[in-house]
Amino acid sequence: MAHLKRSFGIGLWFMFLTLPLMVVRVNTLNHEVEWRWSNMIWVGICAFAIAWFWQFSIERRTARRAHVAADAHPEVEKLSLAQRLADDPVLSRRVLIGAAVVAMIFPWLVSTGQNYYHINVMVSALIFVVLGLGLNITVGLAGLLDLGYIAFFAVGAYTYALLSKNFDLGFWTCLPLGGLMGMLFGVVLGFPILRLRGDYLAIVTLGFASITKIVLENWDTVFGGAAGIAGIPRPEFFGMALDGRQKSVYTYYIVLALVALTIVVTTRLKNSRVGRAWMALREDEIACVAMGVDMARTKLSAYALGAFWAGLVGVIFAAHNNFINPDSFTFMDSAMILAMVVLGGMGSILGVIIAGLALKLLPEYLRAFAEYRMLVFGAVMVLMMIFRPQGLINNMRRKYECDTVEGDHDDGAK
Amino acid sequence: MDFQYLFELLCGGVVKGSIYALIALGYTMVYGIIQLINFAHGEVYMIGAFVAFIVAGILTLTGYSGLTVLVLAAVVALIYAAAYGYTLEKIAYRPLRNAPRLSPLISAIGASIFLMNYVQLAQTPDFLPFPELVADFEFMEPIARYVSSVDLVILIVTTVTMIALTVLIKYTRIGKAMRATQQDMVMARLVGVNVDRVISATFIIGSVLAAIAGVLIASRTGQINSAIGFMAGLKAFTAAVLGGIGNIPGAVLGGLVLGIAETLGAGYISSAYEDVFAFGLLVLILILRPAGLLGKAVKQKV
Amino acid sequence: MTAPSKGRKLLEVSGLTMDFGGLRAIDSVGLDIFEGEIVALIGPNGAGKTTFFNCVTGIYEPTAGEVMIHPPGEKSRRINGMKPNRITTLGMARTFQNIRLFPAMTVLENVMIGRHCRTGTSILDAILNSRRAVREERETVEKSYRLLKKVGLADVADEFSRNLSYGAQRRLEIARAMATDPFLLLLDEPAAGMNPQETLELDELIVRIRSEDKLAILLIEHDMKLVMSISDRIYVMEYGKEIAQGTPREIKENPRVIEAYLGEEAHA
Ligand SMILES: Nc1ncnc2c1ncn2[C@@H]1O[C@H](COP(=O)(O)OP(=O)(O)OP(=O)(O)O)[C@@H](O)[C@H]1O
Ligand SMILES: [Mg+2]
Repeated sequence: MAHLKRSFGIGLWFMFLTLPLMVVRVNTLNHEVEWRWSNMIWVGICAFAIAWFWQFSIERRTARRAHVAADAHPEVEKLSLAQRLADDPVLSRRVLIGAAVVAMIFPWLVSTGQNYYHINVMVSALIFVVLGLGLNITVGLAGLLDLGYIAFFAVGAYTYALLSKNFDLGFWTCLPLGGLMGMLFGVVLGFPILRLRGDYLAIVTLGFASITKIVLENWDTVFGGAAGIAGIPRPEFFGMALDGRQKSVYTYYIVLALVALTIVVTTRLKNSRVGRAWMALREDEIACVAMGVDMARTKLSAYALGAFWAGLVGVIFAAHNNFINPDSFTFMDSAMILAMVVLGGMGSILGVIIAGLALKLLPEYLRAFAEYRMLVFGAVMVLMMIFRPQGLINNMRRKYECDTVEGDHDDGAK
Repeated sequence: MDFQYLFELLCGGVVKGSIYALIALGYTMVYGIIQLINFAHGEVYMIGAFVAFIVAGILTLTGYSGLTVLVLAAVVALIYAAAYGYTLEKIAYRPLRNAPRLSPLISAIGASIFLMNYVQLAQTPDFLPFPELVADFEFMEPIARYVSSVDLVILIVTTVTMIALTVLIKYTRIGKAMRATQQDMVMARLVGVNVDRVISATFIIGSVLAAIAGVLIASRTGQINSAIGFMAGLKAFTAAVLGGIGNIPGAVLGGLVLGIAETLGAGYISSAYEDVFAFGLLVLILILRPAGLLGKAVKQKV
Repeated sequence: MTAPSKGRKLLEVSGLTMDFGGLRAIDSVGLDIFEGEIVALIGPNGAGKTTFFNCVTGIYEPTAGEVMIHPPGEKSRRINGMKPNRITTLGMARTFQNIRLFPAMTVLENVMIGRHCRTGTSILDAILNSRRAVREERETVEKSYRLLKKVGLADVADEFSRNLSYGAQRRLEIARAMATDPFLLLLDEPAAGMNPQETLELDELIVRIRSEDKLAILLIEHDMKLVMSISDRIYVMEYGKEIAQGTPREIKENPRVIEAYLGEEAHA
């Protein structure tokens, strides 16, 4: 009953809160005020329902925390589906192979003849998956909150656009160059700023991305200004001429290969000396340096590697679109990539892939959703932090085999 | 050297800087108490401007005009900004009080994106013309070249606001509680300060200041849209860091320095790169003097 | 506990001073540790013991004074103002009073971090899964696992460290520090929050570490029974100053120490 009363109060409060913005609309052209009272009723009802559910959820969360805190013994946590999958090598291999097969034949599943819209959509989505996986290194693994990640993407894209326009360099030459340029920017920028505390770092990277965009917009002799650069060549295929659909399919396989490469590389890194140092740094900087990890180097490597990936996929982006302009590199894009990492679960590769696909494909196919998508992303970021900070797919623990367990006593000092 | 031009720029810089300072105060006060960059603070400022726009629109169409409209619109805007600030803290930050450091920051970014898009969807993504509410004062005629009437109002209002804030923090009960909480939250709680209330109050005060800034700047530039909060927030945060985050006089100083640096850069080098100067300054300060102009470096206890 | 004959000096601190703004947290403190010793640093709350650790391990840079180390088989060095990771690499490892584990990593991974400075797998090695990466990874796992067995945590190696009990977390911190192959182990209140049974086991563990791994140990502790039973020598601090040093027996009878501790003892 108390909940009901509270929820009612909250409903009223939100009706008040949204009163001017949701109800009134002033039309300055024909000097009219439009009153949309129906919105207010909706807000009231929704706020009431959400508030009710909210209180319930918060209560449950508190109860669970108390339960965990009261239990001194390491409790066997309920294993998630993904964890169980990962623990079962046969099953996980099967799933993996299945996914790979579907990915391989995807272009032939969804398109016939000249209709290749779905392939292009998928290429865009996969480009963002790679971005998400790259940012996952920086934010998810190393805990360096980078709000300007899209800038490195822009560096890669413009590297290819300019090199191909001015020096006639091909896609395959530019691909590594784009990555290296991204990395170079990452190192040059990261060197001074990685000493900063986490939240300052976030703002400075954000500032850096804004500067990049302003420079791209205004230095039109080099970067083509707000109009951007057009006529960027598609990836070449041994000098053969490809028709529209073939080009798309080709690009699809290139991105797919890149996704696979990214997965392999991040998985290996994650379970290595380097990746562990990143994670330790994310968990506790002071303990980490006290255990002998060089903070500056470790941070810089994570930052530069993330930037490398953005640069790499930036080249593909430019090639896929034929055309780039600064509007593709806004803060909202950075925010969306961040949302993928947060939603997928910091550090979780599978989670980021799923979140990336969902975040890019949903607005594409649910047009009604597209309009509200940033609104939803924002809300989701808040809700995730409150209710499920570990993300959709928990960053799974890795178990190490150790069969060489000798007696305690032959462990002499070195 | 054209001194008249320089003076013109300086005046413009001070006006701009005092607006930054108003918003920066909100960042600094919140940061001082809960060490959180309230990323959505710029959005509160934007909402303040929007509410003022709507109220002014209604009033203008019903036949009022001039300063009465401005004052009424401002009052409603302040109330709403306070309400939004309060609600924001309750929903997006309070449940994360003891979470790892990155969590509330991400939540703040999410809240910022949410609010920006909420206004955009509820109103419009386009620029809206903000009505001219401050008529030109006659006595300003001789110096209108340097300081317009709106600028004068801005300077007066910001000065008064800052004096009021100083009094509030120095002498009132809640102000003392705020300072105590800032020094040591655990200790403050032990001696009976209601920390939750103090945090709410901080958000409310910060939001009110941001809304004042929002109304003032909207009547100066004459247009608003749902994205203005982003840049303004970023700049104001820069100002807060410049002065030393958590430090109230520092925020004011930082705002002024930033405003002047920006106008000088825009006036003498290129106005297209105005924002670049601001961020360049931020990066420089953080690298050379991370504690800011007035801040003290503190060692983290281990 | 019989004190071993004094061997080589390992750590030599003299005139160490640390100011926080106007507060002098440590005032010209000197301390020496010899090979194979267990030395305790005691003192009332706020005496500056943890700050002393922080200065010696590079977390803080001391305002004044000298910190010299003499690693066995290497040349001596002055380490004031060196970065913490350098100091750890040189062979001093520590634990923290308020536990600082990596909560979202498994118990085993926590210990594996300690091996970071003793291995050299680069990013490229890791990506290519080179021979070096594979070998080092295997060695790291083995060594870490052995350490976990030593502190009695082998059966929870795959748990997240945040799920461990308080006492287990403290032992994990010790294992993690030992993974860095130190010649000197600094323990900040290892028994805090432990029950008597756990404290007893800890006592035994510390002695075992000293004898098996040939480590010297510097330990901050409030549990007087533990301190008196295992230390060879004791230093006492109060208000940032060193007020006494000597064997446990000497310290027990030192009037200044008794005076400094009177309040605490009376409460206990
Ligand atoms: N980073 C810091 N900034 C300011 N003062 C500090 C800092 N670290 C420690 N101090 C102060 O230095 C003094 C000594 O603290 P320290 O933590 O070294 O005491 P301690 O002997 O370890 O006490 P305890 O037994 O409670 O752990 C205290 O007054 C403390 O407040
Ligand atoms: Mg201590």
